[in-house]
Amino acid sequence: MRLTCPLCGDRDRREFHYYGSDAYLDRPAEGAAPAAWDDYLHNRDNPAGLTKDLWYHEQGCAQWLVVTRNTVTHEVSAVELVAGRAGA
Amino acid sequence: MRYSGLKVLTEGLFGNKGWKPAWRDPAPKAEYDAIVIGGGGHGLSTAYYLAKNHKLTNVAVLEKGYLGGGNVGRNTTIVRANYFLPGNQEFYSHSLKLWEGLEAELNYNVMHSQRGLINLFHSDGQRDAFARRGNAMVTLGDDAVLLDREGVRELLPWLDFEQTRFPIYGGLLHPRGGTARHDAVAWGYARAGDRRGVDLIQNCEVTGIDIEGGRVVGVQTTRGAIRAKKVGIVVAGRSSQVAAMAGMRLPIESHVLQAFVTEGLKPVIDHVISFGMGHFYISQSDKGGLVFGGDLDFYASYAARGNLPMVEHVMEAGMTLMPMIGRARVLRSWGGIMDMSPDGSPIIDKTHVEGLYLDCGWNYGGFKAVPASGWCMAHLMATDQPHDVARRFRLDRFRTGHLLDEEGTGSQHNLH
Amino acid sequence: MRIEGKGLIDRAHPVRFSFDGTSYGGYRGDTLASALLANGVRLMGRSFKYHRPRGPLTAGSEEPNALVEIHGKTNQTPNVRATVQEIFDGLEARSQNRLGSLKYDLLEVNDLLAPFFSAGFYYKTFMWPRAFWESVYEPMIRRAAGLGRLSGKHDEGAYEKAWAWCDLLVIGAGPAGLMAALTAARAGAQVILADETPILGGRLASDGGMIGGEPALVWAAAVEAELRSLPNVRIMTRTTITGAYDNGTYGALERVGLHRPAKANLPRECFWRIVARRAVLAAGAMERPVAFPDNDRPGIMLTSAVRTYLNRYGVVPGQRITIFDGSETGRALARELMAAGVQVAGIIDPRPDASSLEDCPVHLGAEVVGSRGRLGLSGITVRKGAETFEVETDCLAISGGWNPTLHLTCHMNGRPRWAEDLMAFVPMEGAVPGLVAAGAAAGRFSTHGALAGGQAAAQGALADLGFKVPDIALPEAEDAPCQPRALWAVAAEGRAWVDFANDVTTKDVRLAAQENYRSVEHMKRYTTQGMAPDQGKNSNVAALAVLADATGRSIPETGITTFRPPYVPVSIAAMGAGGRGAGFAPQRLMTSDQASRDRMAPMIEAGLWYRPSYFPKPGETTWKEACDREVMMVRNAVGVADVSTLGKIDIQGRDAARFLDLVYTNTFSTLPVGRVRYGLMLREDGMVLDDGTSARLGENHFLMTTTTAAAGLVMRHLDFVHQAFCADWDLRFISVTESWAQFAVAGPKARALLNSMLDAPLGDVPFMGLASVPVGGVEARLFRISFSGEEGYEIAVPTRYGEALFRDLLARAETMGGGPYGMEALNVLRIEKGFVTHAEIHGRVTAFDIGMAKIVSAKKDCIGKAASQRPGLSGPERQQLVGLRSFAPLTAGAHLFRPGAVIGQAADEGYSTSTCWSPTLNCWLALAFLTDGRARLGEQVRLVDHLRGKDVVCDVCDPVFLDPDGGRMRA
Repeated sequence: MRLTCPLCGDRDRREFHYYGSDAYLDRPAEGAAPAAWDDYLHNRDNPAGLTKDLWYHEQGCAQWLVVTRNTVTHEVSAVELVAGRAGA
Repeated sequence: MRYSGLKVLTEGLFGNKGWKPAWRDPAPKAEYDAIVIGGGGHGLSTAYYLAKNHKLTNVAVLEKGYLGGGNVGRNTTIVRANYFLPGNQEFYSHSLKLWEGLEAELNYNVMHSQRGLINLFHSDGQRDAFARRGNAMVTLGDDAVLLDREGVRELLPWLDFEQTRFPIYGGLLHPRGGTARHDAVAWGYARAGDRRGVDLIQNCEVTGIDIEGGRVVGVQTTRGAIRAKKVGIVVAGRSSQVAAMAGMRLPIESHVLQAFVTEGLKPVIDHVISFGMGHFYISQSDKGGLVFGGDLDFYASYAARGNLPMVEHVMEAGMTLMPMIGRARVLRSWGGIMDMSPDGSPIIDKTHVEGLYLDCGWNYGGFKAVPASGWCMAHLMATDQPHDVARRFRLDRFRTGHLLDEEGTGSQHNLH
Repeated sequence: MRIEGKGLIDRAHPVRFSFDGTSYGGYRGDTLASALLANGVRLMGRSFKYHRPRGPLTAGSEEPNALVEIHGKTNQTPNVRATVQEIFDGLEARSQNRLGSLKYDLLEVNDLLAPFFSAGFYYKTFMWPRAFWESVYEPMIRRAAGLGRLSGKHDEGAYEKAWAWCDLLVIGAGPAGLMAALTAARAGAQVILADETPILGGRLASDGGMIGGEPALVWAAAVEAELRSLPNVRIMTRTTITGAYDNGTYGALERVGLHRPAKANLPRECFWRIVARRAVLAAGAMERPVAFPDNDRPGIMLTSAVRTYLNRYGVVPGQRITIFDGSETGRALARELMAAGVQVAGIIDPRPDASSLEDCPVHLGAEVVGSRGRLGLSGITVRKGAETFEVETDCLAISGGWNPTLHLTCHMNGRPRWAEDLMAFVPMEGAVPGLVAAGAAAGRFSTHGALAGGQAAAQGALADLGFKVPDIALPEAEDAPCQPRALWAVAAEGRAWVDFANDVTTKDVRLAAQENYRSVEHMKRYTTQGMAPDQGKNSNVAALAVLADATGRSIPETGITTFRPPYVPVSIAAMGAGGRGAGFAPQRLMTSDQASRDRMAPMIEAGLWYRPSYFPKPGETTWKEACDREVMMVRNAVGVADVSTLGKIDIQGRDAARFLDLVYTNTFSTLPVGRVRYGLMLREDGMVLDDGTSARLGENHFLMTTTTAAAGLVMRHLDFVHQAFCADWDLRFISVTESWAQFAVAGPKARALLNSMLDAPLGDVPFMGLASVPVGGVEARLFRISFSGEEGYEIAVPTRYGEALFRDLLARAETMGGGPYGMEALNVLRIEKGFVTHAEIHGRVTAFDIGMAKIVSAKKDCIGKAASQRPGLSGPERQQLVGLRSFAPLTAGAHLFRPGAVIGQAADEGYSTSTCWSPTLNCWLALAFLTDGRARLGEQVRLVDHLRGKDVVCDVCDPVFLDPDGGRMRA
């Protein structure tokens, strides 16, 4: 399995650390209701198909990446920098 | 038809012509008292105990593929009760007791083999953590023995005690831990459930859950609509998809876990052994293959197949710990899809829909839970009350903070 | 029997080898199987379940029968295919899976009991009495089962792993593979051509034929010569592609040293990870056997195998050969045998309308319905219409058609497609992205089909990759149409083997159907068909055809089980190469490592690091004596410890302070420059992640420390918080853990020790202050912090000065009654002070649990704050950190009960996490978590350790046992 890091190029999966869904990027605002935190930390769409998840190029540029990926075929269709996404 | 050694002999003498089907292939009825979605180990045992313990016989199991085709047929067959957190402890302890009578219960030899499980540890800190675990087990009335290095050497003299990267300090022995023949567990429950009147309906995929006024009334399937008063979702590996049919978003992320088996070998490993400093555990099947595995591939997946980094890690761990297996050859590797929950423990609970129940989140510990999961899920479906040993497996515990985090790795799903 | 003048073996190089203790001769280029057959040995193994005598069925890696042990000087390798193992001088092979000798195997009794050993019989019996399963039945089954033996000795062989990259990976070097490789090579693409045999040519070496008007092998040799001359081509023989993985990654096993005597530094095997932009699967096809009664005797083998033995090895496996084959290849074999002077006793051709014009008897519309011969074939029974007759023969070639070698296309869950016109499964296109099947692997069985398919596949790949596609004229070759055959099993009474390796017969498959294990997966799992060492390569299609017949379904309706990696079995040692001994994980050494070892300190693992356990003095016989001395040394004089393993993160920027406020529970923006503060960090789920100190070196410059264990975790966490939540802040940070060597200097004489060596005397550095101090002209950082409870400093210098500083510190300390202290003493010192480590902050505890709720600032948000406020995470039902004291020894991992309570889960109130004997306080201490513990100080609890036989009543107290006001630290 390989990912194309926007900074480092095509690299083997073992250079990356996986975190989870990109839902982790939508941190509730301070003072949000407990239900919002529960949802943020625990509940997941968990699609069998296209998903966006977070990978860290730990043995490369130390950038966190949003990877658009199919969970059934493992096909990767896009890789973007977390820090580079709109609004970040 | 009752199975026995005598029956095998008499059938053998007459050309094995008299063996009857292990289960029927009934057409789905229009309505059932209870439907269990999912014909894996947990679904089949749920149906069996609904019939046996709660005298519900108008029950169907709906399976989209073949019986036992999910994780019950693709795991590393380990059966143990070595948990230390209240909630998990009594549940798995109950499960192990059910395992210990399963052959007689089902009249099917599931080859439950209590050969002993040894968790190796490699530092003083790990030893103390395992001592905490073992003391919890003994406190509950189960068995555990803390072995020092020489105690381990006596049982497993072929481990690498000299050169391994992380020296072996000792191990926690769980004598009643062991293995079972995984397919046989599914088939045994299927056959026993069928004999009690449960309809096992294969190639029947649920496509929708019918809810009226907050109450479940039936399911839509590829073989037509079926009404039901109660519906249990027991589909680890696809829990998020099926629960979504009832409008639920679960605290589950699906991950792939790989496992491996070697070519057949004469007996060489007599226990189940796990490594404390890398992802590796191993046992030897009765057929002779070394059955072993490691950890998740760590990325969300429904592919039931993995990649080389974890394969190689597992093999390297095997080589540092027990280099005598170097010349055994891996025959097959496969992957199963795990319902990973945010604390590594399962969910057996009611849902917001009346009559709809959920059994999911088994992480990669589901196989050993098959008997107790069915026992407790059947209890919940029949009585609307959680069974005492499963009372902490609540769906809302992540919101309330009443967590069952054995690994201590927190809410990140794939770290358990 | 060897045929003069035939074969590709090197007759100039005779080889001696042994099998079961008997010495035999062969030639370089022989496999063990071909050499044994040349010596008239057909019996090479015993079957798995019935212990039937077996000889080779095939001539390749898919061999189900001829599995042997290879014995070296120090170790042995089980389950080696005699059809793959090349012979060399001194090779020692032994048969396996027998009780007694190969000829007289006592377990042959199983064959007589076969009626009772039907599919799945073990699920129906061995249940009574229950205790007999582990004590009697299972050991008996285990002893009978299994194949070869592991020695139980460490595998000391050398193995390697390697990486390779290419534009085009060509899998298989038959005509399709050679053509694909040539096409890509001429285009200038980086090509890897891999073949599992030692030579190129694939079946051309077995079947001969003509390509471009010359003998096929001449063409193949010319292509090979050209490929070898090109710098962009890498040819890998003896290399099997074992698995197809995501994004063009392939696993491959190269048998580097298995075909020759062991040689120092030459690996036995190398496991390759090949990253290919495109791949061509040119792996050919496998012939399938036919099920008929007793079709498993030594001497019965596939037509293609007999042809390989004849043409490639110059060996005929018998003297009177019969051929049960309804295709033209059977006829070709007959002619080749007769041309070589071998008697062909008959061709049994199930086709009623084929030609009978051969120079040997031809029985049209006939089938083999039985065989004879105890240890090898001596005759067969042939049925033609209503008539049956016997034919004397010692070798029967059989063929039930061909299956494309499509296994790799299943590795990513691709399901093969049934091609009715070929009576075979063919690869589903696109099943492995970037991989295209060509030639026989794609169901094109003619030589022309192979050449054209290989060329087209390469051209397609080249076009995809943007190469200019070269124009190569396709050489002329035979293009016979495929003869589809559907002869899976002959209708006759008796046991007819489908899966030779696992002893599964057509009866077993039918019994599975009878018992309603009708799904193909149920049949497989119930009968174990396809689960043997050949993974169903020889049996899957026939088994499901029999199942289809038994259940009244078509083959595509019945479905197919899948093939999974690896394509051939791969040794654990090869895939785990590098993992032996210390190779499993990197070893991180502190700059003081050698100095500690010089002082005989036992080094223990701390994560990937090695740290000194204690520093023994002459006369000390136990670690505890040394530990007690070191503790008192720190309490009374001065001790030095290397603490460089702690994580160090340098954080700079105008928003650095704001960032620390976000990741720590407490506030850092208020920390004055030149001061240090303890900080607590939570995971977002509210549990304690880590703790440590951070120093403010400048207005916009902090140095954070982490625990040793969590250094990487914290770095990753900080990167996430920064990039996900505040990427626009003015902030940069980097790990400097390995840039600085840092030493704790602790004890009442710490300041005196430092003053003795610093370039200028230490000024007034308050507790939790810091200073920049020159030492030997090197600018060092000095932090006044304490993990021991004494006046303590940590001095940090650039790593290259670490060892010198450490040795100097020790030398000076020893003149003051001080010296080094190790992890054991460090642990006692911190327990006496109630400082937590990851034994306490083990991932399930909150700030509340460890009594630090007060440093979760109410004035600001921080990571983890919201989740830590969940109702279940605070309150009296939580187990809270307390101290325990006792004069009897305490252990960690023990559980806590109220004195007098009945021991049981319901009464369990907590557990101990760390314990020590305190030489300072002269009693045993423990840190523990106790339900509602902080409200119970002054009470007693009973500490029970069932595993280590401890049952001690101890006093519950504050976890800070020593100097609770911190007067000594601030002195």
